[in-house]
Amino acid sequence: MEQLEKETDPKILQALLASRNDYTIEDALENEMILNMGPQHPATHGVLRLLLRLDGERIIGCVPELGYLHRGYEKMAENMSYYEFIPHTDRLDYISPMANNVAWVLAVEKLAGIEAPKRAQYIRMMIAELARIASHLVAVGAFAMDVGALTVFLWTLREREKILDIWDILCGARFTNSYTRIGGVANDAQPEALAKAKWFIDQFEPYLAEVEQLLNTNRIFIERVDGVGVISKEDAIDLGFCGPNLRACGVEFDLRRNAPYLCYNEMDFKIPTYTEGDCLARYFLRLDECRESAKIVRQVLEKMPQGPVHADMPKQVLPQKDEVYTKMEELIHDFMIVNFGINPPVGEIYHAIEGSKGELGFYFVSKGEGHPWKCKIRSPSFNNIQSLPKLVIGHLISDVVAIIGSIDPIMGEADK
Amino acid sequence: MDLKTLIPQKLKEKFPAVEFEITDYKDELTFKFDKKFVVEICAFLKSDPELEFKSCTDITAIDWATRKNRFTMVYNIFSMKHNFRLRLKADVDEADCKVDSVSSVWRAANWQERETYDMYGIKFNNHPDLRRMYMPEEFEYYPLRKDFPLMGIPGSLPLPKK
Amino acid sequence: MGLEAYLKDTGFITTQVNAIIAWARKSSVWPMPMGISCCAIEMMAVGDPKYDIARFGSEVMRFTPRQCDLMIVAGTVTYKMAPVVRKIYDQMPDPKWVIAMGACTSTGGMYRSYSVVQGIDQFLPVDIYLAGCPPRPDNLLHALMKIQEKIGKTKASQFHNVPLKEEGVKLPELNVIQKN
Repeated sequence: MEQLEKETDPKILQALLASRNDYTIEDALENEMILNMGPQHPATHGVLRLLLRLDGERIIGCVPELGYLHRGYEKMAENMSYYEFIPHTDRLDYISPMANNVAWVLAVEKLAGIEAPKRAQYIRMMIAELARIASHLVAVGAFAMDVGALTVFLWTLREREKILDIWDILCGARFTNSYTRIGGVANDAQPEALAKAKWFIDQFEPYLAEVEQLLNTNRIFIERVDGVGVISKEDAIDLGFCGPNLRACGVEFDLRRNAPYLCYNEMDFKIPTYTEGDCLARYFLRLDECRESAKIVRQVLEKMPQGPVHADMPKQVLPQKDEVYTKMEELIHDFMIVNFGINPPVGEIYHAIEGSKGELGFYFVSKGEGHPWKCKIRSPSFNNIQSLPKLVIGHLISDVVAIIGSIDPIMGEADK
Repeated sequence: MDLKTLIPQKLKEKFPAVEFEITDYKDELTFKFDKKFVVEICAFLKSDPELEFKSCTDITAIDWATRKNRFTMVYNIFSMKHNFRLRLKADVDEADCKVDSVSSVWRAANWQERETYDMYGIKFNNHPDLRRMYMPEEFEYYPLRKDFPLMGIPGSLPLPKK
Repeated sequence: MGLEAYLKDTGFITTQVNAIIAWARKSSVWPMPMGISCCAIEMMAVGDPKYDIARFGSEVMRFTPRQCDLMIVAGTVTYKMAPVVRKIYDQMPDPKWVIAMGACTSTGGMYRSYSVVQGIDQFLPVDIYLAGCPPRPDNLLHALMKIQEKIGKTKASQFHNVPLKEEGVKLPELNVIQKN
C-alpha cells in the first residue's frame, strides 16, 4: 500500500477514494485496501490498469487507468494522407483489422463523394463479417480462458487461423491486411479465396456447436458468469455501451440495420438480442452473432456480382500497379495521389460502421488538403471500458476477470 | 414531421434568446451556438419526449490554430428512437478555455470530456473527475494542439535508466 | 531415447557442467509474454495448435516475471508503459534474455509520434530484434531458436549482472555429498 501510494499518482488515488461507494454491508470491517491490477496482467486484455478499492474481497471502488498504449493516432492522422493512414487502421482494433479498413475507407469515401463498385462492396461485406467472426472467436476464447477453460481458447484460435489463411490468399498478409483502398479494394478476390471462404463457412457451424457444448455444459463456467456484471438497458445507453454488449442488455441496435452502409439492406439476417445484460448473455450473444455473420457471408458468396473492383475516378482512386508501370496517364495519377493526396472538398463528416466491438466511427474535418485537418476516432472499446466501475462494484475480485473478458476491450483502439 | 425541420423549430421555440447557425452537409445536421447554453440545450434534447437524444456518441474539439475563436467543441449525439444523428458545436476562445461539462446529462460524456481535456487543454466546469486520460499526469503539454510537434518535445517524458 | 540407448551399457557420460547446464537451460526457456498490443495476438497464435511453441519446450508462458527467463516484449512501448516494462524486467531472475518482437518495439516502427519510445533498447538490453509488423508466428519461432542457440553458447560468467566478474566476491561453497 505504501509503495503503491509512492508510485501512483496522487490524483488517481484521490479519484479512487472519491469513487462512488454504492455497496454497503452492515458489519463492514474497517480493513479496506487498495489493489493494483494491471497494466501487466493476463486478464486485462492488454494494458488496461485498474485500481480497486476492496473491502475484504468485495470491490467497493474502481478506477480504470488508460493510456499505456496511447500511440498518438489522431495526431499522426493529421500529418499523413488518407491513403497513408490505411495501414494504421489495422492496428486500431487489432483483432479485426479488416473491419477497421472498411470503416476508414467508407468514411473517406463519404467525405470525398466516391462510390465503390458493387463487387468491391460485396467483398468488403464479406471481409467485414469474417473479421467479426474472427474477433468474436478470440473474444469467446479469451473470455473462457480467463475464467479457467483453456481448451476453448485453443479451439477457437484454430478456427481463427482458417480465417487468417483466407486473408493470406486474398491480400498476402495474414494479420495486418490493409486490403481496402479508397474507391475499392486492393485487388479482386481470387476464386481460391472465395472457395476457401465457402469451405470455411460450411465447416464452421459444427465446430461452433462443439465449442458451445464444451462451455454450456460446464457448470463451473456457467456459475462463474451467470448473473455477474449485470447492467440495465437505460444505464447501458447512458454510459455509452455499444455493439454486442449493448445488444446483450436488450437494446436492438445495430448500425447494419439502423443506418445501412455497403449492401447490408440486401442481406437477410437477424440481430440477436438478450435481455439479461450479464456476462453469460454477452457470451451467448457473441456466438449467435457468429452464426448470423456466417449467414451473411454465405449470401454474399451466392450473390457476388461480377465487374470491376475500383471506382472509375482516376483523380482519387489509386491505379493498379501493372497499369502504373505501363501507361503514362496512370503513372501521373499515381504520382499525384501518392504525393499530394486525394484532396477531398472542404467539409466535415462522421461515418460509423458496426465493427466487431461496436460503433467504430471516424469524424473528419477537411480543409480541402491531402491530409485531414482533424480526425477523430470514435472507438467502441473506449466507451465500453467506461462502464467498468459500474459493472464491477459489489462483485468479487475473481468476477472482475470475467467481466473484463465479457466486455472484450481492445486497448489498441481504446487508447488510440 | 421531418426531423430536419422539427428540431430547429423546437429549439427556436424553446430557446428564443440563442442564435443558431444551422448547416446540413452530406445529410448531417449541425447546430452551432454559444457555449453558455451547451448544458441547457443538451439536457433539452435528451429529455424531450419527441426527440430523445439519449446516446452521446462522441465529444471532441477542433483546433483551428489561427482563428479568433481557436477551439470548437463538437458533440455527436444520437437518437435511437428516430435513428437520427445530430452534431452540436460551440466555439471556445483560447483566453477563456472553459466549457460547462455535459457529464451531468450523459454519463458517457465523462471520459470523452477527459480525453478532450487531455488532448486540447479545454477545461470543463463542474466535471466530476477532470484528470488526464492518456498522458501521464506530470506531462505539461496538450498533444493535439496544432503548435505541438508530432515527435513531441524531447525530454518532456522521462524514460527509465538502462 | 537416443541418449538412453547410447548409454545402455556404460550408464554415464563425461561432460562439462557448463555444457550440460546450457543444454538444459536452452531446452526449457520459459517466456514472459509481455503482450502489449498487436504482436501479442501473434504471440498467442504461436501457442495455438497450428504453430505450437511446445515443440521448442517454451509453452510454459508465465505471467509472473519471477518464473521466467525470456521476456518477449510484444507490442508498442509508450513512454507511460516504459517504467512498467523495465520494472518487470528487473523482477526477472538472472540469467534473462529479451526478444524485441516487432518493428515498433525494436525501433518505434511506423509510430513516429510523441508518445512512443523509439526502440526499447533505450532502456533495456535486447538480445534479438525481430522484424515484421507484426512478425509471423514462424518468425517468432525463428527468434526463439536463435535465442536457444545463444543460450547454448553462453557461459555463466558471461551473464549480465553476475557477481563473478567483480573481484573479491565469494561464492558459497558447494556441498558435495560424498559417498563412502
